[in-house]
Amino acid sequence: MSVTDVRSATGEKLAELAAGPAPRAALIGYLPVGFPSVPGSARAVRTMVEAGVDIVELGVPYTDPVMDGPVIQAAANHALAHGTRVPDTLRVAEQVADAGAPVLVMTYWNLVLRYGVDAFARDLAAAGGAGLITPDLIPDEGGEWIAAADAHGLDRVFLVAPSSTPERLASTVAASRGFVYAASTMGVTGERATVGERAEQLVADTRAAGASRVCVGLGVSRPEQAAQVAGYADGVIVGSALVRPLLEATDESAGLDALAAVVGGLAEGVRSASRNPR
Amino acid sequence: MSAPAPGRGQTGRKMRDALLAGGPLARHEGPYFGDFGGRFVPEALIGALDELETHYRKALADPAFSDELERLHRTYTGRPSPITEVPRFARHVGEGVRVFLKREDLNHTGSHKINNVLGQALLVKRMGKHRVIAETGAGQHGVATATAAALLDLECVVYMGEEDTQRQALNVARMELLGATVVPVTIGARTLKDAINEALRDWVANVETTHYMLGTVTGPHPFPEMVRDFHRVIGDEARAQMLDETGALPDAVVACVGGGSNAMGIFNAFLDDPQVRLFGFEAGGEGIASGRHSARFSGGAPGVLHGARSYLLQDEDGQTLPSHSVSAGLDYPSVGPEHAWLHETGRAQYRPVTDDEAMQAFRLLCRTEGIIPAIESAHALAGAIKLGAEAATWAQDGREPVLLVNLSGRGDKDVATAAAWFGLIEPEPVLKADEGEQL
Repeated sequence: MSVTDVRSATGEKLAELAAGPAPRAALIGYLPVGFPSVPGSARAVRTMVEAGVDIVELGVPYTDPVMDGPVIQAAANHALAHGTRVPDTLRVAEQVADAGAPVLVMTYWNLVLRYGVDAFARDLAAAGGAGLITPDLIPDEGGEWIAAADAHGLDRVFLVAPSSTPERLASTVAASRGFVYAASTMGVTGERATVGERAEQLVADTRAAGASRVCVGLGVSRPEQAAQVAGYADGVIVGSALVRPLLEATDESAGLDALAAVVGGLAEGVRSASRNPR
Repeated sequence: MSAPAPGRGQTGRKMRDALLAGGPLARHEGPYFGDFGGRFVPEALIGALDELETHYRKALADPAFSDELERLHRTYTGRPSPITEVPRFARHVGEGVRVFLKREDLNHTGSHKINNVLGQALLVKRMGKHRVIAETGAGQHGVATATAAALLDLECVVYMGEEDTQRQALNVARMELLGATVVPVTIGARTLKDAINEALRDWVANVETTHYMLGTVTGPHPFPEMVRDFHRVIGDEARAQMLDETGALPDAVVACVGGGSNAMGIFNAFLDDPQVRLFGFEAGGEGIASGRHSARFSGGAPGVLHGARSYLLQDEDGQTLPSHSVSAGLDYPSVGPEHAWLHETGRAQYRPVTDDEAMQAFRLLCRTEGIIPAIESAHALAGAIKLGAEAATWAQDGREPVLLVNLSGRGDKDVATAAAWFGLIEPEPVLKADEGEQL
């Protein structure tokens, strides 16, 4: 299902970057809502956009984040322990919608189910959000979300993994809008010494399955890794490496400075990539 | 389905036929049980779940598999487990009510959990994997998994909430003696649900070599169906044994429900007998009103956790709420999706039993029958006592009402908890989650 009658904010952003005078991949930055505080997370998002993030991924803190490693778990635990609620995500999305980068929300599925799938889509669209990334929802279980995303004009970013069969790549690509999230490795979020070597093959396979845009996440933390991934993917997704400076900072302003420095390096990496011909 | 190979044992074929037999409810296949079940997991796990389902269906149809499982159950588990009539206990249930216990406590490793792990471990060998991981709450499933891993030469890692490693220190030692590595989980509430999170993270990262030996009828398809089928032997045996002993089916079947594997195992054989009432007893903890319980049907709502849609303890945002029970094995915020379906259709009834009621029933069985039950199973015993007055009305044709209670495990592991509860020894300090860290 290639839905062309619904505009895709992230798809347009990726197309714009790929068609510019210096074509390049996007830098996609993840931060959890409510860390270090709800207003603090909005400031952190603005900081990372100003420092070079092209697309924002807002994480909704959840009690049982099975796709997340220790860094993001620690931030989510902090956010929940300090009273962060699901509607805070919609508020932060609204506050950062004019920062210059499309805002995707990454959420575990029970939070959306509890809110009401259509209601969440409606309120996210009203807040200026671009769509959802759903790490524990496969398209097979996503009928209600697929309909709600169409009704409210939102992107649906589903994941593919190195273990995905050609059939599953095809069905996931068909259900996605905006881009397809390729998990670089079999594992959870976190910084790794190397980006999974299967990532490049997975991007190629996902394109062969019909995807026009494929972004790579999991394990990307350093500028040279960003450059490497930007050579073959449409976007480079970074999470834990952006959360860590906030986690380790002694105060908010130091955290934002450190965040900006990390983003600056990654943005440099993305811009320095030598792009493989498609 | 292939024809039985010549020369295979009759008993193995009998078990296979039993696995393949049954009415429409008993043989219901996943991924969905009404609105419940499914596969709410990362895409990275779908390949492994498909592989598992394929191997499971092949094994079901293969007499060599059922022969081997039956042989292990007969020569290693100690099956069939007997049923025991408990008249001195039954006097506390109600005048004229007969109570039978299905003695899963007498299985090797001390609970019903061995039924499932031997089945899954044989599948692991067929899949060519060499490492198994498991979660455990009370430690019964961890011990059973470590046992099967030792028997079948598999590397074994067991994730266990730190709070549970303290409540069940003896079982930690037991698993280590069996050669398993026990990893205490120190994040979140440090109980069973957090152990499952860690096991799922391990599985995503190591799925090519590793099988997740899920210990109950929860999780993504095919686990709820497969684990139920491996426990069907409980109900199949008990049904035949009750017919032999009493000449009739029981009026009610009673089990405790944490994730719900022992209950599903014994219920299954009676699902298509509408005259047999089915009762599941959840951990009511300190009472539903206290908020400190694990009663998903009394105090929860439908939602998704650990790969399946079912009933769930959750707050208004959908965040998982901490569960509580004196029994580590029932201390889990969700429940198997098939139970959610049986609840919604009314085929089974689910009710809470408090910590105190369970502990009173625990002591009562010790003193009246000389059987020390697992505290989990004591919830079923307490449930039987609560059913007493109702049961008296079930008598028909001059026949006494008959309850069949699944005694899912023995209480050796719980002696310290019980001794502290009844003031026989000083209570041991129990590690609590830090304030504000009940995530």
